[in-house]
This record gives sequence, C-alpha cells and structure tokens, in this order.
Amino acid sequence: MTYEPVLLRNRGVPDVQRLEVYRQRGGYRALEKALRMSPAEVVQVVKDSGLRGRGGAGFPCGVKWTFLPKDHPGPIYLCVNADESEPGTFNNRILMEEDPHQVLEGIIISAYATRASTAYIYLRYEYGRCFRTMQRAVDEAYAAGLLGRNILGRSDFHLDVYLHRGAGAYICGEETGLIESLEGKRAWPRIKPPFPAVEGAFRKPTIVNNVETLACVTHILDRGADWFKSIGVPPDPNNPRDLGSYGPKLYCISGHVNNPCCVELPLGVTARQLIEEHGGGVWKGRKAKAVVPGGISMGFLSESELDTPLDFNGPTKVGCLGLGTAAVIVIDDQTSMVDVLYNSCRFFSHESCGQCTPCREGTEWMTKILARIRRGQGELSDLDQLLEIADGIGITPGTTICGLADGAAWPVKNALRKFRAEFEDYIRSGKRSAETGPVPVGHL
Amino acid sequence: MAVLTEAMREKIRAYLPRYPSKQAVVLPALHIVQDELRCVPLEAVREIAEMLDLHPAQVQDTLSFYGFFRDEQHPLGRKRVWVCRSLTCMLRGGEGLLRDLAARLGVHPGETTADGQVTLEFAECLGQCEGAPCLMIGDEVHGPITTEQALELLNRAEATP
Ligand SMILES: Cc1cc2nc3c(=O)[nH]c(=O)nc-3n(C[C@H](O)[C@H](O)[C@H](O)COP(=O)(O)O)c2cc1C
Ligand code: SF4
Ligand code: FES
Repeated sequence: MTYEPVLLRNRGVPDVQRLEVYRQRGGYRALEKALRMSPAEVVQVVKDSGLRGRGGAGFPCGVKWTFLPKDHPGPIYLCVNADESEPGTFNNRILMEEDPHQVLEGIIISAYATRASTAYIYLRYEYGRCFRTMQRAVDEAYAAGLLGRNILGRSDFHLDVYLHRGAGAYICGEETGLIESLEGKRAWPRIKPPFPAVEGAFRKPTIVNNVETLACVTHILDRGADWFKSIGVPPDPNNPRDLGSYGPKLYCISGHVNNPCCVELPLGVTARQLIEEHGGGVWKGRKAKAVVPGGISMGFLSESELDTPLDFNGPTKVGCLGLGTAAVIVIDDQTSMVDVLYNSCRFFSHESCGQCTPCREGTEWMTKILARIRRGQGELSDLDQLLEIADGIGITPGTTICGLADGAAWPVKNALRKFRAEFEDYIRSGKRSAETGPVPVGHL
Repeated sequence: MAVLTEAMREKIRAYLPRYPSKQAVVLPALHIVQDELRCVPLEAVREIAEMLDLHPAQVQDTLSFYGFFRDEQHPLGRKRVWVCRSLTCMLRGGEGLLRDLAARLGVHPGETTADGQVTLEFAECLGQCEGAPCLMIGDEVHGPITTEQALELLNRAEATP
C-alpha cells in the first residue's frame, strides 16, 4: 500500500512558500477551526491524538502542555526548537524550506492552546535558507492578520513570532540550553526541576517543541485525533510503559545508500524497508554492516537487527537508546567501526558544553583512547576502559545535567557490544587509520 | 574610539522590543557586529555591554562560548567556509574534502589564508546530510561537492558572514 504524505504533501508545489498558494491548498483552515474551540479543547485534541515529541525524547505533546500552571497571569512563551544538529538529521530543515506556513500554522495553533503570547523560533545559524524562508512567511502572516494583535479578528488572541538565530552549538538543541542561549548567555543546560513549563525562558512558563511536532499539530487540528491515531503503531501490550507511536514521521536516510533522502511514512517502518525501498539500497552493491537508527546518539543496529520497527519502542528492544530523530545513517561493510566510533566520540567531545565533569572529561578521554587505537597503539584493555567511562556518564547513571552524555555513551556501549570482535582484530593486527586521520586544527 | 557605528547601534536597538530582557539581544548584537567587522573587538564587547546594561564580562562569556564568533586576534577573512566532518559526511569523503581544501588553501582549519581572502573551518553536521559531503559558505550549504567545485564556488563568492 502506498502512503499518501501529509507533512510533505506540498513538497515541490510551486510557490507554496507563499501564503496565497498555501491557502489555496487548504492552509490556515486548521487554525480557523482551532479558534472556534477553547484553548483547553485544543489541548485535549492534541492529547487525544497521542502525538509524541519529534525532537528526540518522544514526550507526549499534549501532556507537556498541561504542565503549564493554571490561570497564570503570563506571559507564557513558546520556543520552537529549530536547532536541529544531530548528525544525520535534516527533516526540520526540509519542513521549513519547503512548507514554512505549515510550520507557522502549527506554531500559531499551539500558541493559542498554551496561551503563549510570544513564540521564538530558535534556528541554528547554519540554516540560512530556512531563516529567509521562515522570515518571509512570518512577514506575510503579520500582513494578513494571522500574527500580531487580534488574530483573525479575535479580540482575545495576540501573538508575536520572532526568529532567533544561533551561533553554532549543538547543545542549544537541549531545551534548557536553548532557553539560556535565547536569554543571551552561554548555552549551559539547567538542572531540572523546575521544568520549563513551570519556569523557562525569562523565568516564565515556557513550552519547547520541535518543528516537526508543531507541523503535526496543524494536521491533527485539521483532520482530528482519530485520523492521527489511525496511522502508526499502537502501544506494545508487553510493555506497559509504551504509549504507542502514532502519526506520520519524517525519516532521514543518509550515508552509504544510493539515494540519500527524507521520506514521510507512518511510524514503525523498519530500517531495511527504508534502505531498500526509499534509499535505493546500499551503495556500490555492498552490504550494510551497521545502521544508526535515529541520530548518532541512539547507537547502532547490526545487520541482523535491520528488521526492527523504527517506532518509539522498537530500537530500545535491541539495546539502542531510542528512536531519537529517526535519522538513519547506513554504514557499509567496508567501513571500520573504529573510525565510525571515533567520529561519534569526537563530535560529542567537541559539543559538550563543559559544565559537568563526567561529560566534559569522559567524552574527551573516549576520543583520545579511540585516537590512540587508530594510531595503532591501542591495547585490548582500552576497550574495557572505554566501556567503564561510557557506563559512568549521563543521566542514566545520574552523573550529568543533560542527555548529551547519554548520547555520547550509547554509541560506545552499542559498538563494543555488537562489534567487539572487530575492535579486537583492529588492535591485535596493529592496523591504523592514518590515511583517514583527522586534520590538524589551528585556532579552534 | 567607538567601534560601533550609529548604523550598527540602530540595528541592535531594533531587537530590544522583541525580548523582555536586554541581555537576550547579546547574540543578535554579536552577529551584527561580526557581520560588519569580521570579528568582535574587545571595544565592541564593552560598547554592547553598555547598550544592554550588562557587565562586559557577561558579553565576553557568551561570545567565547559560541564557535561562530571571532575575537580581534582572530578576524575572519573575506569569505568563510565550513567543511562538515560529522559522520554522514565522513562516510562519503568529508575528511578528504577538508584535508584537500586545507592543503590547497595552505591553512589549517581555523586559520585564514595569508591574503586575507578565505577562512577555513571544520563544522559538525550542517543538517544537509543528503548532500554529503557538504560545506557551507556564508550561511548557504552546498553538497555533494568536490574540492575543485568548492574552490570554484569560493572564487565566485562575495564576502560572507
Ligand atoms: C544534547 C541534546 C540535544 C538536543 N537537540 C535537539 C534539537 O536539535 N532539536 C530538538 O527539537 N530537540 C532536541 N533535543 C530535545 C529537546 O531537549 C526537547 O526534548 C525537545 O525540543 C522537545 O520538543 P518535542 O517534545 O516537540 O520533541 C535535544 C536534547 C539533548 C539532550
Ligand atoms: S551533560 Fe555534558 S552537555 Fe549536558 S550539561 Fe553536562 S557537560 Fe553540558
Ligand atoms: S553529517 Fe555532514 S551535513 Fe550532516
């Protein structure tokens, strides 16, 4: 059965970035519908839909909105997380570039539901094209009375939307890092509680949501919670903590495939389907050795685990951290897992904000150990040392403030459990990755 | 000597109504200054702090946290190119691209060519992994791209942020 895309339905439609064209295609109908309901009713619809956050943690969106204090005098803020920096992930970029009004409509509906009077779109600096596209959409929306005072003639609904550009730091994607950065400070994640819904941006109640989550809100209002629940996977009866994985999802496929791309499918497709049916198969006629299931923080699937459904529950059953951003990176059988893991550790070491010692030091030590192994100077005991460090850093062992350290540790744990023999062979044979070694770095 | 021109001050002030605190304007202000001056000189840090009722150390603290900003010891060249070195790009030749560009330009990542034309940097995932290996010139990403194509683009590019 072919799936009819919803979030990407306007992809490739000429000029759909313009308000007029977006409206001709049914745009802002969902907003009008939402404004005929009370904010509490909109929250209820989103809650009923089972929508879970698309930014990585999968927290139920409507439930998060109910954490806002009741009858707060305001202001309440909505922060749109458009910092998208997880290696392998580019779905938010596609949504903003291809169909900015769909995102903006979701923002306006969500602001109405949460009674937010200002929304900040925190956009990573590198998304220059998104910045210009979204800014044009915002300007058009103001001119058309969809933003500003008395939206669509409603004397009780006002909303300002501002784009706020980052300056090159992965940690600004962590919701409280984002808030600190928005406030003009270094992006050091905050200790929680208090959670942002109680005390967030400028010490006021704040909701942080991912771009794709908010785009889903548009369609939930348009087509209803039942429609949303008819797509995807219901809760696993064997797992009382599984909340189900409903709705469409944008999957990014990159790495060693013939056709790297972003596709929209119901939650729950397998990595193998993504690679074969959408990614054009593994390149050069090779086989996959390992696949990143949802952004590099989530760990690795081995070739025998490729039939794992990529819903919120599936990857954890094979030892991965979760679905993450649903960004699939394919690694072919000619690639050394030592090089892959080194690249992953170096990323997290570079992006650690440095606030918690276990994360700052642990990510650096892991990178140094892997660099040593790549120079042909590794010892077998290094592998246990790597695992010991990985086991000791993160929210899971309770030693860090945010989840970056868990994301750094998981690929290490997975690689050493699933590909240990390859690491041992590499060390025993005295192999080196000198040719693919890192470039010396100057100023940074 | 003031380094912030009236035009820059005007642009910075235009951001104030957007936020409930003046400090929130630090990042936009740093972008505005660096776009014009190719770095954020210490004197500009002082002047931004004065405009936003902050201590200069608060502005400097933010500046130094973000890889994007440059102090006056390390000004940018006319054009800036960031080459992605994260996993997907690495799998499709990103490290080679970075190494070749460094060799052809005669600089290490982080440095500027002697003629002041190009600053080379490495980047972590640029969010355009379907176009790996890729690089960013200014704030536009290009990929998949070869060393020759990158040099060609750099030649044609205007001054960039
Ligand atoms: C290190 C780290 C980086 C993150 N980066 C992002 C990001 O780039 N974009 C995003 O939406 N969420 C990111 N998150 C998750 C956010 O903290 C937060 O859960 C999310 O924005 C909530 O939105 P959602 O419920 O709509 O998914 C990150 C989390 C961590 C720990
Ligand atoms: S876990 Fe790492 S990134 Fe997160 S707050 Fe601590 S040091 Fe910073
Ligand atoms: S890994 Fe290079 S753009 Fe994502």
